[in-house]
Amino acid sequence: MPDDLNWAIGGEAGDGIDSTGKIFAQALSRAGRHVYTSKDFASRIRGGYTAYKIRSSVDRVESVVDRLDILIALTERTIDENMDELHEGSVIIYDGERTTMQDVEIPEGMIGLDVPLKSLAEDAGGAIMRNVVALGVACEVSDFPIENLDSALEKRFKDKGQAIVDNNSKAARLGQEFAAENFDYDYGYSVETTDSDYVLLNGDEAIGMGAIAAGCRFYAGYPITPATDVMEYLTGRIEQYGGTVVQAEDELAAINLALGAARAGARSMTATSGPGIDLMTETFGLVATSETPMVICDVMRAGPSTGMPTKQEQGDLDMLVYGGHGEIERMVVGPTSVAECFWKTVEAFNLAEKYQLPVFLVSDLSLAVTEQTFPPETFDMDEVEIERGNVVDEAEIDSWLDEQGRFQPHFPAADGISPRALPGTTDGAHMTTGLEHDANGRRTEDQEIRVEQVEKRSQKFETAREREDWNYREFGDPDAETLVLSWGSNEGPMREALDFLAEDGIDVRFISVPYLLPRPDLSEEIAAAETTVVVECNANGQFADLIEHDVLERVERINKFTGVRFKADELAEEIRQLVEPQEVAQ
Amino acid sequence: MSSDIRFTDFKSDKQPTWCPGCGDFGTMNGMMKALAETGNDPDNTFVVAGIGCSGKIGTYMHSYALHGVHGRALPVGIGVKLANPDLEVMVAGGDGDGYSIGAGHFIHAVRRNVDMSYVVMDNRIYGLTKGQASPTSREDFETSTSPDGTHVSPVNPLALALASGASFVAQTFSSDSQRHTEVVKQAIEHDGFGLVNVYSPCVTFNDVDTYDYFRDAIVDVDETDHDPNDKDAARDLITDGSTEYVGVLYQDEASVPYEEREGIEGSMADIPDGAPENAMDLVREFY
Repeated sequence: MPDDLNWAIGGEAGDGIDSTGKIFAQALSRAGRHVYTSKDFASRIRGGYTAYKIRSSVDRVESVVDRLDILIALTERTIDENMDELHEGSVIIYDGERTTMQDVEIPEGMIGLDVPLKSLAEDAGGAIMRNVVALGVACEVSDFPIENLDSALEKRFKDKGQAIVDNNSKAARLGQEFAAENFDYDYGYSVETTDSDYVLLNGDEAIGMGAIAAGCRFYAGYPITPATDVMEYLTGRIEQYGGTVVQAEDELAAINLALGAARAGARSMTATSGPGIDLMTETFGLVATSETPMVICDVMRAGPSTGMPTKQEQGDLDMLVYGGHGEIERMVVGPTSVAECFWKTVEAFNLAEKYQLPVFLVSDLSLAVTEQTFPPETFDMDEVEIERGNVVDEAEIDSWLDEQGRFQPHFPAADGISPRALPGTTDGAHMTTGLEHDANGRRTEDQEIRVEQVEKRSQKFETAREREDWNYREFGDPDAETLVLSWGSNEGPMREALDFLAEDGIDVRFISVPYLLPRPDLSEEIAAAETTVVVECNANGQFADLIEHDVLERVERINKFTGVRFKADELAEEIRQLVEPQEVAQ
Repeated sequence: MSSDIRFTDFKSDKQPTWCPGCGDFGTMNGMMKALAETGNDPDNTFVVAGIGCSGKIGTYMHSYALHGVHGRALPVGIGVKLANPDLEVMVAGGDGDGYSIGAGHFIHAVRRNVDMSYVVMDNRIYGLTKGQASPTSREDFETSTSPDGTHVSPVNPLALALASGASFVAQTFSSDSQRHTEVVKQAIEHDGFGLVNVYSPCVTFNDVDTYDYFRDAIVDVDETDHDPNDKDAARDLITDGSTEYVGVLYQDEASVPYEEREGIEGSMADIPDGAPENAMDLVREFY
């Protein structure tokens, strides 16, 4: 179990919580420490309650836990919201001069540090830096060398000029000095630093970076939480590689823009969340039946309808696997970690082009907003391979023309994979349509051709099933009687839950499944286990349903649908209760 | 691109299933002629069509083409053009496709001003579904779904376009092949989004907006002293409900297409075999 520090800053939306949290995360990362962050936030610009939480250790951290050591509380509500995680000896940093914080009561056993954050910030050059003063206090409390904070402040503010960087640096020092001079507690924290170099990024950014690495040059989207970061990441970057980002008028337009670009031969993508997938479903069948390669990213949030837009849920799986009228060949690939968001994006583009179909890249809010540290070589660009499938050039095109000299974009090849002629290719001119069509892409209702085309599309999916390695990620004890299965962001907390369980002497085999359709055949693994438990963030157990459908056997389910991701210790406890119910009863 | 392209090269070997006398025959012929006469050939041309009688045009023409879902042809066309600005992109649709289900996209396509042309076969009726009111149907037009009129005023597509910041607004009559072709050519050659609303009569379901009606009602702006660069004058003609004007009603000669403003050059289809050479810079940014 990592020797970790759990830190948070909370206040109202508009208090600069997010950027302050990001600065401290960056400081820890630059000090060679691993970082895993989470956010409590609401769909509003001002007010309410919002928090940025960091778990940090010299070892890898993959989850949040139910513990908070240092809390910067800008509002009283911040303390109330975190009472369950605060413990004896937790440090609460607050500004007693703030009108709303004058009567704040520090819970029994905890250490309250009343620091005039605003006044000290004004001394450093402006009240706006009061959060940075608090970061200075946090450095003192955790015995964390403040130079690392300077480095993060430099990165954050260098575009605004050296004076701003210096003022912030000064504000942090005033906070640190105030704490050193006015309080005499033994906090008991010593935040170790290392020489390791880490990069710090979230899942949406990893998807955006993966897209550029994979040769995606066209992105169209409509802003929606929690997928907007993909679009914001690409904007200003994809252009440097000859691409473009189009902010569409709605999701209907977004997928059709991406469809047009893909027909023109670009690797193209759109990203949205559940409500956007609803709209895109209209065009999804066209993408599939016209055999157009496209990556459609769904960063899930809590539904249905507007649901809880800033909360975690994995409720879209059924829609991604089954959505749309008629029978539609598609793939569903779901990264299970922030780093995998990068690699699975690259893979999704290759699958889309090799098999000429839409690929859903399904991520979730928890991956999207988590900033996590990685050694830079995790994203080794030399490892990126581009496979474009059966694109035919002018030299090859003759062999794909019919007797009348017409190109056959839907030629019923034995493996189901037809040739692609990109517009501009001489003699390749062809149409395609959402109507059932013949090999030339022209409308037909001929029964034989209908059957031939349906079987052809289905065959290429079977070809993919045979040719590709639909593997999974495995952790824990391979011989354990208890098998846990999960998908998406649950991998992180589950990996750490294994440590908690091992401490209790409970061995678990954990399989994290990144391919939802096609997906690995898990019948042998499930047969070998005494108990199989499927862990997911939804109420109905959509992944568990798929597994039961695959293996014709009942599985146990752990579902969380509060809108908050699993925590490692909480998840461990749930699994312990499932496998050792007697012990709990005692 | 060969120089001896004839308009019949844009014709496919599929026979149209439009009703005999349908305005869409003339509309399509003019499109094919205009494409050929502006130096395009089927291999560098991308036609996008929507749903409805007009949507069938992709089947009867020969070029790269996509027959899409109802109302979404314009975003597809924009996507094609931005991904490969070397292609000639023409979007075709009807009044239902463009001004009803696709009305939202119409406004934004006009605003975006990508260099492409949009030919709308406006017959003021839903033909393929056998005669229901369309967004351009007259208020007193009686159909199976509006037995005593529609009770709503028709969309004025040209006014909508002008209000959305259009750089090229034109109207033609499918029966006047020469003039129609000429205007579509101008739309193709225009540096930006070229809208051509075509009076394309439905001989089966619309007995009001007929060939005879249009022949009598039409006034060609070329036969007036109208200056198409004068936006105020264009607005006056477009909002004059009593006359059916044809010709180029408005053109912004200074129009700069979106892709040029965005600095998009060349086909996005050409990518390296692996990650871009300097891709590790993207990783370092996160340090």
